[in-house]
Amino acid sequence: MAAGFTREQVAAIAALAHLELDAAELDLFARQLGDILTAAEEVQRVDTTGVPPTASVLTRHASDRPDEVRPCLDRDEALANAPDAALDAGLFKVPRVIG
Amino acid sequence: MDYEAVIGLEIHAQLLTASKIFCGCSAAFGAPPNTHVCPVCLGLPGALPVLNRAAVDDAIRAALALGCTIHETSIFARKNYFYPDLPKGYQISQYEQPLATDGEMDGVGIIRVHLEEDAGKSLHEGFPDSDRKTYVDYNRSGVPLIEIVTQPDLRSAADAAEFFSRLRSVLVWLGVNDGNMEEGSLRCDANVSVRPVGAQNLGTKAEVKNLNSFRFLQKALEHEIARQIGVISEGGRVVQETRLWDSAAGRTVSMRSKEEAHDYRYFPEPDLPPVVVDANRVQQIRSAMPELPGARRRRFVEQYALPEYDAGQLTQTRALADYFESAVAAGAPAKLSSNWIMGELARKLKEEDRGIDASPLTASRLAELIALVNNGTISGSIAKDVFEKMFASGRTAGEIVAAEGLTQIDDESQIVGLIADVLSRHADAVAQYRGGKTTTFGFLVGQVMKAAAGKANPKRVNELLRKALGA
Repeated sequence: MAAGFTREQVAAIAALAHLELDAAELDLFARQLGDILTAAEEVQRVDTTGVPPTASVLTRHASDRPDEVRPCLDRDEALANAPDAALDAGLFKVPRVIG
Repeated sequence: MDYEAVIGLEIHAQLLTASKIFCGCSAAFGAPPNTHVCPVCLGLPGALPVLNRAAVDDAIRAALALGCTIHETSIFARKNYFYPDLPKGYQISQYEQPLATDGEMDGVGIIRVHLEEDAGKSLHEGFPDSDRKTYVDYNRSGVPLIEIVTQPDLRSAADAAEFFSRLRSVLVWLGVNDGNMEEGSLRCDANVSVRPVGAQNLGTKAEVKNLNSFRFLQKALEHEIARQIGVISEGGRVVQETRLWDSAAGRTVSMRSKEEAHDYRYFPEPDLPPVVVDANRVQQIRSAMPELPGARRRRFVEQYALPEYDAGQLTQTRALADYFESAVAAGAPAKLSSNWIMGELARKLKEEDRGIDASPLTASRLAELIALVNNGTISGSIAKDVFEKMFASGRTAGEIVAAEGLTQIDDESQIVGLIADVLSRHADAVAQYRGGKTTTFGFLVGQVMKAAAGKANPKRVNELLRKALGA
């Protein structure tokens, strides 16, 4: 069975991602995302009985670090690429959001 | 109809690590804005998180104290949403497989304890263009947090506040959190619903946020419970929503509900491997845990025969409990130590706004003072003066007593002399006493003590005065 993807589902995902899509894009992405799901369904038909889910291949590999403070970025450097930063106050600045 | 409230809490506690959870930036509070930031906590493209081992240890400590099961494998997940204080567009948290689950404290079930990163801080007010702009400081971005979620086992605002207070003591006691609600290092949200008493099903809940003090927590919940009962009594329906406590207005207000329901699209964080905590590590942490407040309270009652009240007071903080036990170890009787610590010492510390850690009077010196009272060297009232002097000067009780000649007058002939003098000066009072007005006795004792500058042994004065008056 083909795993269809409706225009409404595409529109909902686009809204969560803050994307504006026009009608043609909704159709296009519905078809393309549907194709991806179909491919995923094919993979899901493989018998995985007894195989634990693998979120990462690095299990059991020591990958943490000791609690040591390391140098941070210089503040001007941190703000260098920020549009409209308040350099004197050392703050990033964005369009007002209602808190 | 009578209603009951059903309350569950979600607590966020910053862990007291030196560095952040996924990068080496300092996690300290209060630095100038954006000076504790790096590509990882600024969410710059390509930066990769590496887990701070100490944050996991702290989370395990807290989870063990709450009686939880620590899972050998837990998974970090991305919680996706847009907000300027979240530079990556997702928060690294734990979702389907949290670090720990299924605990219990003081009869309240703990659903889960999981690790996550804190967000940055948005500044909405205080700048000339604040009507159009929000300012953001990312120093807090990536500070390690644990989120503790309780079962909806609490039934009143007061119970919720009391539970939260005890939970705070435990976290502070363990040294995993500083308990500072003003600075936001400990935060609490509450899920509240009401239902007719005896009903089994839960009513529709509202989530109340911004409860950054015990008083606010209790007041906000009281208000919200009353509001929901009002809505239902008038035939209305409670709407599932998030409400914000407005402390100035003394009420909860609805946060504008979003058009789409929250859909965080959680998925496993591909940049971090599963967290694996073996039984050995859990065992090591468990064996190094301090005795917790509840256990210590019970032990104080059993071991030192203290009243429940004293044991509860003395186990408010670990430092206070340690102080008490040091005094007892230095030879002071337990109940006397408790009286002094909760009485004079607590008063003095409060007066000078000091913690027990900063007490100029050590536990062993307090024990020495108590010994001097106990063996009759000085009277109880003189002891209070000596205490004041010890606190102010740092001198020992022995030094002060010797230097100022405060040794208690125990000598019979000396006390009898003082009594004779008082009786001759207060013939009228003596007559009243002999005429049956026994309350005059207290007055006469007071006069003798005054004549002795407080140094006479009050027990001896009582005895000898009674004898003199009876003669």
